[in-house]
Amino acid sequence: MTRSRIFWGIAAPASAILFSLLLASGILMLQGANPIQTFQLLFSYGFQPRNVVAELNQASAYYLAGISAAIGFKMLLFNIGIDGQYRLGVFFAAVVGGAVTLPPVLHILLIVFVAATVGGAWAAISGWLKIKYGVSEVISSIMLNFIAAGLVTYMLNPLRLGEQAEGSQNISTPTIPESGWLPTIEVAGGKLYTFIFFSALVGVGYWILITKTVFGFNLRATGISFRAALSSGVNAPRMVFLTMVLSGATAGLVGVGTLLSDTHNYSLSFPSGYALTGLALALLGRNHPIGIAFAAFFWAFLERSAGILDLNGIPTEIVTMMQGTIVISIVVAYELIKRLNLRQQQVAVGSQQEEAPEESKETDK
Amino acid sequence: MAPIVEVAGLVKRYPGVVANRDVNLQVDKGTIHAIIGENGAGKSTLMKMLYGMVKPDEGTITVEGTVQTFRGPQDAIAAGIGMVHQHFMLADNASVLENVILGSEPSKFGVAIDFEKARSHFLEITQKYGLAINPDDLVADLSVGGRQRVEIAKVLFRGANILILDEPTAVLVPQEVDELFENLKDLIKSGLTVLFISHKLQEVLQVSSHITVMRQGTTVASVSPKETSARELAELMVGRQLPQAKPTESHVGATRVLDIQGASYRQGDGREALKQVSLTLNSGEILGIAGVEGNGQSELVEMILGIVKPFEGSLEVLGKDATSMTTRAIRDSGVGYIPQDRSRDAMLLPESLWENRILGHQATAPMANGIWINKKAAQVDSERIVEEYDVRTPSIRVSAAALSGGNQQKFIVGREMAGSPELLVAAQPTRGVDVGAQAIIWDRLVAAKENGAGVLLVSADLDELFALSDRIAVIFNGEIVAELTPADTTPELLGLAMTGAKAA
Repeated sequence: MTRSRIFWGIAAPASAILFSLLLASGILMLQGANPIQTFQLLFSYGFQPRNVVAELNQASAYYLAGISAAIGFKMLLFNIGIDGQYRLGVFFAAVVGGAVTLPPVLHILLIVFVAATVGGAWAAISGWLKIKYGVSEVISSIMLNFIAAGLVTYMLNPLRLGEQAEGSQNISTPTIPESGWLPTIEVAGGKLYTFIFFSALVGVGYWILITKTVFGFNLRATGISFRAALSSGVNAPRMVFLTMVLSGATAGLVGVGTLLSDTHNYSLSFPSGYALTGLALALLGRNHPIGIAFAAFFWAFLERSAGILDLNGIPTEIVTMMQGTIVISIVVAYELIKRLNLRQQQVAVGSQQEEAPEESKETDK
Repeated sequence: MAPIVEVAGLVKRYPGVVANRDVNLQVDKGTIHAIIGENGAGKSTLMKMLYGMVKPDEGTITVEGTVQTFRGPQDAIAAGIGMVHQHFMLADNASVLENVILGSEPSKFGVAIDFEKARSHFLEITQKYGLAINPDDLVADLSVGGRQRVEIAKVLFRGANILILDEPTAVLVPQEVDELFENLKDLIKSGLTVLFISHKLQEVLQVSSHITVMRQGTTVASVSPKETSARELAELMVGRQLPQAKPTESHVGATRVLDIQGASYRQGDGREALKQVSLTLNSGEILGIAGVEGNGQSELVEMILGIVKPFEGSLEVLGKDATSMTTRAIRDSGVGYIPQDRSRDAMLLPESLWENRILGHQATAPMANGIWINKKAAQVDSERIVEEYDVRTPSIRVSAAALSGGNQQKFIVGREMAGSPELLVAAQPTRGVDVGAQAIIWDRLVAAKENGAGVLLVSADLDELFALSDRIAVIFNGEIVAELTPADTTPELLGLAMTGAKAA
């Protein structure tokens, strides 16, 4: 049973990726490019050591966005506010981290703590609006993304929390003292963020929480059936709220790796768009920490290796299109597999029954 | 005269289950033809095939001499078949007329809705068939019976001359049932044909011209109401003797497990769903709650479980003031709960059976060990339930959704009996389950009582109430209007009390 489950688990993303490769091939051919050569190009460029390191570093951030989205998905919540939670989280973490000097480990922990707390608090607004007034978290968290972006832009000003380096147009938060830097690992090809281990830890923690604890059981129960959760004694609205906070806290950590190991301050060069990436990765990885890990690396790989295409006269947008195709086809593939699986089980159950059909299937309706 | 609808050798298979096999049916024009059978006997599947919602795997459907292959309800409607669903499909915030014409609007100049024409056609229909509804009323303001008439008008408006009514009386109070039957008689006088699905024997005997009985997916008998009795019909439906709970001597103990005094509950819309309810239940006792559905039973159960809170009165569960206790605290204090809507309230359908064993018991040993779920204990106990309650499943790892309703329910009962609750709240515990499951569940409820549990049994099934209860309280419009003992009353008296007449 487990073997077939693993097979089905891999079949869906594999077929989605294959489908997107086929579609991309078609478009490439219309462009007059040779698809096989193009993919070879992507592959060999993407797996150059220096690119692999960059991809892993990027994937460690994507991974947290994916886990954040997955936490929401377990509750049927669409946390599209990952972007705002991440931005505010990393901004305040940079501000607080830059304002104090502490013993090394403590300093880093403080930065992580601030990022998670701010991200969680920002998501709490959506959670509270949802359980108190029934406001869809999709709408409120999108709006809060804009507010977060505006807030950060407002505060990132030399008059307020930002500072301008002499002779530079760049505005950033004060640089964090070295006690708040996370060392990197020198590997062939560059500097690997140690933060990647922290990301992995978050993934493991997520899995234990969801599958092994009473809290996780309550969370999943509420996501599957709000009423069943209520009947079973779960304070379901509270679970919705806490899930949103947890998702936001994870989102708050997304930018911390870059902050601790690379830039050491926050500036407007921090990327945006983590919300949609996170949701896509959670879908692709099927809310499973290992699945999301592969998805995150794959995503970073595609984006990084796209850089070579331009040099060969192929538009890099082909990669964006592939990403989109993968997401759409994965949703379809999982739905199909879910139905197939249920059908198989029903047949198995049916063969257990006596010849006489005791009952029409209520669940079929 | 050739039958207007003829069904021959119909078969419908679902994965793992044959929902219908060898179904034969002949319906004469201008009659009320009842299809009866237990829940799960295949009535709904048959009706869905007649209405084109489901395609038969084998067999033929002949309407007015023409063999039909329906690709969808549109085809059935075109052939003159209309369906009134058990659950109404109406837009509350639109008028009766708007609802009736929705989807088949007569048009003016090809774009605008011709309301004049619609109205005159509507009035023609309602007058001809004696349907008392006003086209300008808002559907939201109508009673359940009124809504049902709108559904019937909707079907007639589309030109149906064969009406299928799926359990039309399930949602009605007795007076509304009488009105409905008058309407149906008017319909057949005008030459229409009515197919009437029910599992209520008295009604069927009262109104139908002919009766077809279904059991286990197939048609087993075709009888005239004049030549049969309720007893005979029941035996045809069940195929054997009804499960009888053995009359046992009283086990009523001295401990009060439930004590409700003057409790009222107001819904979000301000309606008082429970008014000054007072009930007591002792250990070793089964207290039946009788009533037409929707008279406050769900709210009563949810109040005892702490899901909703009374705004006045007192509620004591197992000797503790429960008015402000959480559902968790109430359940953990020793209360088992079998909700009436198992797929919505009692199961996580996509999850495995063993995970469903945890549901409702996730905070206490043995299912929980501190903050951790005890997977092993859940699996071991699931195996036990599957064994002891005869749950038909290949494994405890299949998802709950793969099981039939009866097997799901047996599992739920087993789960709630685990840990020997002192108070068991069972809402419609045997609804929609097969006879075998019913017998097991009845046995277990009686066993729980004999072991000293107090059981609150909410049921719409009078036989069940009579067979199991030590006392029966009748709830009507949110009030307890009567309290009886089965020995001192009859189903007729109980039925009367359920309509609100202050009897007994």
